[in-house]
Amino acid sequence: MRTYEVMFISTPSVGEDDLAKLTSNLETVIQERGGTVTKTENMGRRKLAYKIDKYDEGIYTLIYLEGSGREIAEVERRLRVTDFVIRHITVRTDEDLKRAAKMKAKRKTVPASAPAADGVDADDSDNDDMD
Amino acid sequence: MARNFDSEGSERGGKFGRGPRGGSRRRRVSRLSAEKIDYIDYKDVKLLQSYIAENGKILPRRLTGVSAWQQRKLTEAIKRARNIALLPYTRY
Repeated sequence: MRTYEVMFISTPSVGEDDLAKLTSNLETVIQERGGTVTKTENMGRRKLAYKIDKYDEGIYTLIYLEGSGREIAEVERRLRVTDFVIRHITVRTDEDLKRAAKMKAKRKTVPASAPAADGVDADDSDNDDMD
Repeated sequence: MARNFDSEGSERGGKFGRGPRGGSRRRRVSRLSAEKIDYIDYKDVKLLQSYIAENGKILPRRLTGVSAWQQRKLTEAIKRARNIALLPYTRY
């Protein structure tokens, strides 16, 4: 199973209902194709770091989902054809999260060897930091 | 000790001995990331902000002291954040 995050920005003028309709639409699309939506987060209105098509703020929505990857194409297609969505991005997260979890576990199992014995990451800044 | 090439004790030399004036942001050891963060998230604007310059450019790791792996992930995250307008491509 893969996990993805789909984030998109809607125009600030979009109606609550339209946005709600879109997200629920996307959720059904995902479910129809065998994926599951872990969480939908409305991040609210935010100032854009730069103007996109004359807008300087937007409404951010973030969908966490889990699935095979076949859902993504349709989700993206829908975002592209929806007029009030001005930007979207999909990020696959499972591999990086897995790696992060592994690193965390590793650090837990080797707790006390930190001082000087073996700098886990073998980076050079161990010896010459304090002065 | 053995690996400290710079003449010890001279403050004005700059810790990494490149020019007499040295940069004020030569914080080589600052390892915000290395602390605990294994997953560098493109949504974490606050974190990413500390790795871009005033004008929006990604800082070289020569200045920030992050590892190569971290720099790669940071770059990726910053670029994603830029794309979704969380960070600017450029300022001024």
